[in-house]
Amino acid sequence: MIASAADLHIHSCLSPCGDADMTPNNIVNMALLNELDWIAVTDHNAAASLPAVFSAAEGTGLNVLPGIEVNTKEEMHILCYFRDLDSVMEMDRILYDALPDIPNRPDYFGEQLILDGEDEVIGKRDKLLISSVSFGIEKLVEIVSGLHGVVVPAHIDRPNYSIMVSLGFIPPDLPITTAEVSGNGSIDDVKRRFRFFKPLKFIQSSDAHYLEDIAVREDMPPERLLQLEDLRRDTLLHYLGEKMFP
Amino acid sequence: MKVNELTQYPEFTCVNESALSDKEIECGYVGDLLSWVMGNADAGCAWVTIQTHVNIVAVAVLVEMSCIIIPELAELEEETVVKATEEGIPIFQTPKNAFEICAWLGAQGIK
Repeated sequence: MIASAADLHIHSCLSPCGDADMTPNNIVNMALLNELDWIAVTDHNAAASLPAVFSAAEGTGLNVLPGIEVNTKEEMHILCYFRDLDSVMEMDRILYDALPDIPNRPDYFGEQLILDGEDEVIGKRDKLLISSVSFGIEKLVEIVSGLHGVVVPAHIDRPNYSIMVSLGFIPPDLPITTAEVSGNGSIDDVKRRFRFFKPLKFIQSSDAHYLEDIAVREDMPPERLLQLEDLRRDTLLHYLGEKMFP
Repeated sequence: MKVNELTQYPEFTCVNESALSDKEIECGYVGDLLSWVMGNADAGCAWVTIQTHVNIVAVAVLVEMSCIIIPELAELEEETVVKATEEGIPIFQTPKNAFEICAWLGAQGIK
């Protein structure tokens, strides 16, 4: 088993709330400095930063899991992870169509910039990405399953945008086996707090919107390291969502 | 007012009439965060929520609500209607928004 250090919830400058310094190359270089084995850049309802993140990470030894943080109709944040860039970009298209026609107001929410592998601005997203999409959690699971991905409810210990707050509990029929604890939370506290619910595997990520918030390997308590057989993407996906795969 | 009397008003449509009863609407409650509603709503209330996920039925059963009212004709998942019917929780849809529903219920004497 490999004790791997992962930060699977990082926002880039594509998210309106993500700092302008959260460029693909800066994120990759910070993750390398912090000695992480895995990162996932998970912007709100969008994956347009991922081609550049993959390009920036190429040849560095850093493993990248393609991901998106979806805001469902129920106003809860669900992390979705995929096996390749094509699948996550397909999800990106589905989500953009499912977003309401509310334009971003950069002066209030921040820019939604798309960068290339050299951190040059090549575009922007017009619709406000932090809105909720038109479908709910069951439909989301169906779509993500169809793309061979997995879903992980985000920051279930937070008082907002968490499945525990929006829905009161995790619907028992959903194939959810892992939930995320927020970066400043504690896995032990969450286990105690939710002990009456069905047992889950917990991962902890930073939800970083600023470079300095990206997780650091040496600050991680042992329970935060993922015990993986190898560093293949499929291995990590199965670890996160064993029930998503038939 | 009793739950089945709500059907007399054309602006309220019951989506599962077999769940109707002569249970009294004793009070009202508004909220969309189900964890909050579970902890704070009172038994017998008519609950106004834009949340349509099947978990609303579990909350209504737990709190022993009289009915659920969905504002602005928000679309209901089929699973929610099926579960609510099984559990005997009437669900109404209306074009009114949440504020208008509360004002209307208040005008009918529900406090």
